[in-house]
Amino acid sequence: MEMVNIKINGEAISVPGDYTILQAARQAGIDIPTLCYLKGVNEIGACRMCLVEVKGARGLVTACVYPVNEGMEVFTNTEKVRIARKTVLELTLSNHERKCLTCPRNQNCELQRLADELNVTDIAFEGEISKHEIDDMSPSIVRDNNKCILCRRCISTCKKIQTVGVIDAQGRGFATKIGCTFDKSLNDTDCVMCGQCIAACPVGALYEKDSTKAVWAALADETKHVVVQTAPAVRVALGEEFGMPIGTRVTGKMATALKKLGFDKVFDTDFAADLTIMEEGTELIGRIKEGGKFPMITSCSPGWVKFCEHNFPDLLDNLSTAKSPHEMYGAIIKSYYAEKEGIDPKDIFVVSVMPCTAKKFESQREELKGTGYPDVDAVLTTRELAKMIKEARLDFVKLPDSGFDNPFGEAATGAGVIFGATGGVMEAALRTVSEVLTGKSCDEIEYKAVRGIEGIKEATVTIGDLDVKVAVAHGLGNARALLEKVRSGEADYHFIEIMACPGGCVTGGGQPIQSAKVKAEIDLKAARAKAIYDEDRSLPIRKSHENPFIKMLYDEFLGEPCGHKSHKLLHTHYVKRDKY
Amino acid sequence: MSEKTGVAFSETKEQAQKLIEVIEKHKNENGALIPVLHEAQEIYGYLPIEVQQKIAEGLGVTMAEIYGVVTFYTQFSVNPKGKYKIGVCLGTACYVKGSGNILDKIKEKLGIDVDECTPDGKFSIDATRCIGACGLAPVMTVNDDVYGRLVPEDIDGILEKYM
Ligand code: SF4
Ligand code: SF4
Ligand code: SF4
Ligand code: FES
Ligand code: FES
Repeated sequence: MEMVNIKINGEAISVPGDYTILQAARQAGIDIPTLCYLKGVNEIGACRMCLVEVKGARGLVTACVYPVNEGMEVFTNTEKVRIARKTVLELTLSNHERKCLTCPRNQNCELQRLADELNVTDIAFEGEISKHEIDDMSPSIVRDNNKCILCRRCISTCKKIQTVGVIDAQGRGFATKIGCTFDKSLNDTDCVMCGQCIAACPVGALYEKDSTKAVWAALADETKHVVVQTAPAVRVALGEEFGMPIGTRVTGKMATALKKLGFDKVFDTDFAADLTIMEEGTELIGRIKEGGKFPMITSCSPGWVKFCEHNFPDLLDNLSTAKSPHEMYGAIIKSYYAEKEGIDPKDIFVVSVMPCTAKKFESQREELKGTGYPDVDAVLTTRELAKMIKEARLDFVKLPDSGFDNPFGEAATGAGVIFGATGGVMEAALRTVSEVLTGKSCDEIEYKAVRGIEGIKEATVTIGDLDVKVAVAHGLGNARALLEKVRSGEADYHFIEIMACPGGCVTGGGQPIQSAKVKAEIDLKAARAKAIYDEDRSLPIRKSHENPFIKMLYDEFLGEPCGHKSHKLLHTHYVKRDKY
Repeated sequence: MSEKTGVAFSETKEQAQKLIEVIEKHKNENGALIPVLHEAQEIYGYLPIEVQQKIAEGLGVTMAEIYGVVTFYTQFSVNPKGKYKIGVCLGTACYVKGSGNILDKIKEKLGIDVDECTPDGKFSIDATRCIGACGLAPVMTVNDDVYGRLVPEDIDGILEKYM
């Protein structure tokens, strides 16, 4: 790209010719406030928060969409700019339900932060505030339009990135609001509950359905044996809620915090990820040997499963029947563990801490009751766990490390850990399937071709004398593109991994929320995934089938992978759902 | 909302065929949605969810986007019009003379809101702008009949004529 020379606040810089003023300013370390801008997702110039002066231009221009050109002179900090900015912000605030104290985004809100940074001391245009009904019918997502500033970041995310598109702007003028077709609840649409709209929202207009109250109540109930499990992605992000740098691993502190919250047992979902690999891997080997339906597609991302049920019902037989790891774990806890510990499963309350909002929906699915009781009783997001830790007044950063509880906790494998990043399930499966099929131990276990943040990754892996064609997609837009190819017969993969969220679980809809500004600078997907792969490398056992507790579980209880007991407890089925 | 008022959707074969043709005609144009919605409203008289679904399918746009467009432009309606279209003038002259109360009375009597239709398909209510009969304010119309100098007590008698 050809470079152009411009001046910002008198400082001469040279930037690529396709930059916007905002990008150029950021390169020069000059901050321009934004609200509706979300890099690569929502670049529509709607909010006018980013106004700047350009010499020779009529009026102020919006920096987030205005392109640079040779010789341009930009001013970001003139009296005119400051007054205009403040006016824009005050107008937004004048029609906003300003209840920060009780808002889910208190202290992590882009609007609140701007009001502080732009020194708003008074709102000049006190006017009528529009009143909206809160939509809390969905098991995963709550929408509160009273807090919405109409930036449209959620719309772009849902429509462009996820290709679901169930929310949009409707009405006009003062009555404009975000909603679903015919004002339906999100719960009555084909929303997949991925929560990516929550992660995109700058304010408290979108958040997860609360489960903290139910979990506190279970913890206070003496008749309940309360067991918690945590997904791999939680440990590489939870620290952010306590001001720790992005990509910090807090596995040990998290385990300590959970014990202090009063859980009777603290287990690691990694173990169940290994179990998933045993079941799913065996299913794949079975399909290869006996000639089953190809491609086989992973089923551990409940947002993806719901998307498939709505949009690709013809491919439901391609989905692995294996339950997602935390659901498997719940079923094992309420059967094997209950039996072993002599506890009636009806008295066990299983809590899953997940990076995911769709898992709240999943845990309520009728099919997922392997023991007759729900496999999982409550799902907390990473954010909700952070709230509970704060409520319990634990000084998280200073907590000592501790380990997970036995019988299953201590033997986490690297294979289980990498489930948290896109490509991880595929890699973990390949580590096991290749050894089982060839009967030989492999040293080369890092499948780099399926790692990384590219939207669709493909590879051909040679196992013995077999060429196994695999593909990995993350984000539902990428999944849709890949599956269209499968549907048309253009692609002939054996095995596909799909995660609903771009980046996989590390950037799931239940993870700590970072502002648009931070996300423009740091790629969260890569930073958190790096921590995941570091954890993998730090573990002595890195293959699921080598986990001694997995072996024990099959010897003592399950028999063999995909056997009779497994089918009852660890596998599920899917339902066709309407598109509209 | 068609769901709320419960007027069941039905269409003739001709209507269905015409919509297919309209979608086919505009499909590959940029900004096809608005002309298609216009023509669809001409075919059906309104834009119920069933029609919006066919358009979403045909043009590959989301239902939420269509609903957004339909609620943005006042000329689109998601409810059928009744056999008797009631219009209550909310122009300035009528409004100051109390047409708001007239409207409330009609809504209460029929159990529907503005832009809705009674489940039997008989009455629908529109709030209109000045219809040029300010001398008679407050004014309402039922199809082509005009009623002026109204007080809420007149409403029962007027509606009775059309029941
Ligand atoms: S959305 Fe932000 S500004 Fe609005 S009430 Fe919540 S914290 Fe305060
Ligand atoms: S949860 Fe996902 S599918 Fe549902 S509205 Fe939000 S982004 Fe769209
Ligand atoms: S809900 Fe949030 S992301 Fe969506 S438009 Fe409103 S403020 Fe923006
Ligand atoms: S218009 Fe530039 S950030 Fe909204
Ligand atoms: S204002 Fe009602 S007729 Fe003119």
